[in-house]
Formats: sequence, structure tokens, C-alpha cells
Amino acid sequence: MTGSQASTMTAAPASSTSAGTERTSVPARRSPRPDWRKRGEIALLTGPALLVFISFVIFPVLMAAFYGFFKWNGYGWPSEFVGFDNYVLMMQDGNFRAAVGTNFTIVVLSLLMQGPIAILFALLLNQKIRGRSLIRVLIFMPYVIAEVVVGTGWSLMLQDAGAVNSLLEKGGLGALQHSWIADPSIAIWSLMIIITWKYIGFAVILMLAGMQSIPEELYEAAAIDGAGFWKSQWSITLPLLGPTIRIWAFLSIIGSLQLFDLVNIIWGQYIAATAGTSTMATYMYQNGHLAGNYGYGNAVAVMLFLISLVVALVYQRFVLRRDTDGALTGDSKKGRRR
Amino acid sequence: MTDALKTSVAIQTVGRNGRLSLRARRAASGVRWGSPGVYLLAIVLITICITPVLYIVIGGFRTNSQITTDPSGWPAPWQFVNYTDVLASGEFWTAMLNSTISAVGTTVGAVGLGVMASYVIARYDFGGKGLLYSLFAAGLMFPVTVAITPLYLLIRNLGLVNNLAGIVLPQIAFALPTTIIILVPFLRAIPKELEEAASIDGASRLGFFWRMVVPLSLPGVITVGILAFIGAWNGYMLPLFILSDPSQFTLPLGVQNFASQYSVDTARVLAYTSLSMLPALLFFSLFERRIVGGLTGAVKG
Repeated sequence: MTGSQASTMTAAPASSTSAGTERTSVPARRSPRPDWRKRGEIALLTGPALLVFISFVIFPVLMAAFYGFFKWNGYGWPSEFVGFDNYVLMMQDGNFRAAVGTNFTIVVLSLLMQGPIAILFALLLNQKIRGRSLIRVLIFMPYVIAEVVVGTGWSLMLQDAGAVNSLLEKGGLGALQHSWIADPSIAIWSLMIIITWKYIGFAVILMLAGMQSIPEELYEAAAIDGAGFWKSQWSITLPLLGPTIRIWAFLSIIGSLQLFDLVNIIWGQYIAATAGTSTMATYMYQNGHLAGNYGYGNAVAVMLFLISLVVALVYQRFVLRRDTDGALTGDSKKGRRR
Repeated sequence: MTDALKTSVAIQTVGRNGRLSLRARRAASGVRWGSPGVYLLAIVLITICITPVLYIVIGGFRTNSQITTDPSGWPAPWQFVNYTDVLASGEFWTAMLNSTISAVGTTVGAVGLGVMASYVIARYDFGGKGLLYSLFAAGLMFPVTVAITPLYLLIRNLGLVNNLAGIVLPQIAFALPTTIIILVPFLRAIPKELEEAASIDGASRLGFFWRMVVPLSLPGVITVGILAFIGAWNGYMLPLFILSDPSQFTLPLGVQNFASQYSVDTARVLAYTSLSMLPALLFFSLFERRIVGGLTGAVKG
């Protein structure tokens, strides 16, 4: 399957757990006595990285699970053990449920909006046209710009007396003017447009890479058999692009579940809930950090992690498993056995 | 760290595309112009992508009254005062300096620690090696969003709130998984014969590390360095939690602070915003070419 070549390539940085252990390039120099010099080198070289990584990534996440069982303002040692109360409270809070709903809405809409657009534009850019590399750089540009810049720029454009409404009026479409950011029935769509704008370049680039690994001969053969352009895209490109699409979707889903920056910048801490755009992460920021309720904030962090984990595992179990390489699942043994 | 991961995936593919398109260009030097419809669509796509950016940049050349009377108009006449004002303000340069310290510190730290750890994972043979790799790889499942609340408490207990070290250290830690995952294959690709030759010449394994490994893995090092740099430069959530003193703000916080402080002065906010995105864009146009070259070399190795 030629299409999977792309996914092995693109998934390489994402390959987890097992990939690294498969090949060993240095021959084993086993001696009966432990090689203290070698051990020293290993400790010296890995020590600093391990120390920083465990202190600032693993340790905080473990502490979150612990803090989550307390009612605690963040000062001193947590003492008021409340068991699962924080989690119960979270489930009962309509705002939290709404935030989870927003996250999943964003997950679904991101896939539905970005996927087809990205594939169409990648098809377009896969043609032999002039200035292709310039086009690629330009569509990738929004992805490199900081979220803060994107958020500030878009919120100025979308505000009631902003450029978008003004343009609509000039174009004689005054009736289409809206309160793009504050109106709860529209805000989520404004957010989706901004998200699509920011991340579409990434999706297009990924799809393009997938398409370029499809051998030209297949299209030539299809053309000889009398297939038109769209027919051969439908029967050749799309199926062979499968692995790329599935990996892009995985990254998109995880990103959507963790979304914080854009919402917090554009809607701030006060409007997000009323506009219906607050996410789990902004909820955590507001009800944990800003409210000084750290036990609760940590419980939300744990919940956010668990939801992402479950989604990731389900996705890997039912979708990514179809890819032979299994790079993202880190389950290459199972993949090989199949 | 999913963001960095995404970027790395994208950069790799950009590199691939660059390589492929080069080859394609060489093969068919007389590329046809193709159908006009394709160009029309391409122009539409580009317009959508760059219009908001142009709005920010051009808006900075207008006055507030111009913006109020016609939010979507053209500068008439062009004003440079917003840009010069921002460039003359200490606030902007403080944020710029802080961002530079944070990004450079993160890059140096992540690359330094990452190369050392990757070297061990790629070229040493010992029990627990797989576990070590899995541990770092598992870091991809812990994005900053999940860890930020307890991380803030940890940083506060370390007394590093309102201190750039308080964002640099976590940024290094969160950049390590991507760094190691990208670097390990690079280091593994260095031929074993080189190591044997070096050891015959009397170089220790550490000597081999400094003299051969670091220079030979330079393309990979540049890739992960760029990732770490852009990640730190654009980082928002970590500084938001850790830094509250404006004199320690990095550019993203500076933009946000400026935007709320001068919310009436839209033109100046636009100028500040476009100046703050300039370094990242320059860096991006710079790294585009280097990444293409770097990855081409990497694939050959």
C-alpha cells in the first residue's frame, strides 16, 4: 500500500513507545561485570533531561490527581480531603457540561470543515502549476503566527464596528451584519472560522504530502481506462490518502479538546460562557486558577486529561488500527501480527 | 505538546514537499501554466489566508479616526506614527527582550538536553532503554493544558513566579518529547563504522559524541531547535499563568496587555500586534529554506 508510506513518514515524530526500542544500532558489549564507565556516561547524559522532564511534566500531572481530591485554595498543604466531591460538583455544573459540549462541537466541526476543504485545496495545489512553493508558504503562514496575534486581529475585525461588518455594508449586504463575537448563536461559528483559518494550512500541507507519495502510474493507468479527473481522484487519491487523513484527524481531535488560547484571547474570561464558546481549558482557568480554587482546578485538569485519553484510545482502537504501521498507537507488534 | 508535534509533522512534510517539488521542477523544466481555473482558486485561497494579516499590518498605518469612520478602508494618508510610537516605547522592547530570552533559553536547553538523552537512547545498549524512550514519548499525551494548574503551584513553590526561568524550565520539559522523538532516528542513522573508526583512533564515546555526533546530527538539531524556538516565542498559556508582572511579559502577553490597555487606540494596537508577529514571520521565512535543506540531508543519511 503506497499511500501508507506517507503516513509512516508523517507519523514518525508521533510514534510513541515501541518504535524506539525495535532496532539497536550499537552491538551489545556485554561483560560479566557491570561497565561502570558506561553507566556513568548514561547517567551523565540522560540525567539532566530526565530531571527536568520528570519535575515539570510527570510530577505536576501526578500531583493534579492528588490535589483534585481536596478543597484547597493553593496555599499551604492541602488538608481538607473531600474525596470525589470536586468531580461530582463538576458533573453538576451546567457550565462545565456546556464546556465539554463546546469541545466536542469543535472536534466535529473541525473535522467536517477542515477535512474536505483541505483535501480540495491539496488537490488543487497538487497540480503542476507555477508558484506552487510560494503558495504553500503563504497558506502555511497563519499556522506560524502566534495565537495571540490571530486572536487580537480577528476580534478587531469581527467586533460590531469592525472591518467585517463594514465590508458587508459596503457590499450592500448590510442585512448580514452580525454581532459576530457576542451573539451566542453565531459565536461558535466565528470561532470555527478562525480555527479553520489558523489551522487549514497545516491540514493542506499534510494532505499534499500524502498525495505526492501516490505513484503517478496509477493516474496514468486510470486515464488509459478512460477515467476523468474527478473519477480518478475519487477512486485513487481518496482511498490512498486514508492513512494521512486518519492521522490528521487524530491530531485535530486532540488539539480541539485542549483548545484554550484562541477562546481565552478573543472571548476573555467574562464573555466566553455567555457566548457559549468556553472550553474545558478556559473553564479550568476561570474556575480553578482565577477563582483561587486549586483543588477544583486540578480536578478539572484530571478530567480534561481523562477525556482526551479516552478519546485518543477509542480513536486508536477503532480508526488508526486500520493502518498497518501502527506508528501512532505504538502498538506495532499487534500491527505486525495481523 | 500536541502543537509542537503538529508543527514538526508539518515541517517534515514541508521539507518533503520542497524536496519533491525541486525534483519535479528539474524533471520538467518547462512547466505548463495549466488551466486558469486552478489559478483563480489558488488566488482565492491565498487571499483568504493573507487578508487578516494584511488587515493588521495596514491597519497600523491608519489613524483611529480613519478606522472609526471606515473600519475596512485603506490608509489615507499613510500614518507612520503608530509604528514609531510602539518602536519608541520601552514596553515593546521589554517584551521583545523577554520573549527572546525565553525562546533562546528554551531552544538551547531543549536541544542540549535532548541531544544528550537521544544519544543514549539511540546508541547505547542497556536495560531500561525502551522504558526511557517510552517515558519521554508518553510526554506527548501530557500537553501543557493538562499540566498547567499543578505546574503553576510547583513554580510558585520554587519561587519562580514572575521569573523568566519559571517559563523556560517547563518549556524545555515540554519540548523534550518532540525533540527526542525527532532526534533519535537522526542519531541512529550515523553509521556504526564511524564510531568504530573513532574508537580505534582513541576517541572515547563522549569524545565521539562531541566531535562526530553533534556535527553530523546538525540538520535534526536545527529542526528541533526551530520547533522549540517557535513554540516558546508563540507560547501563551504558560506565561499567562506564571507571569503577572508587566516587566516580565513576553510578546504574546504584551500584545494582550497592550490591547486591553489601549482598547480605544485600535490603530496602535494593530501596529503593536504586527510588529510582534514580524520576528516569527522572519524566522519562518528563514527556517523554511533551512528545513528543506536539513531534511533532504537527513533523508539521505
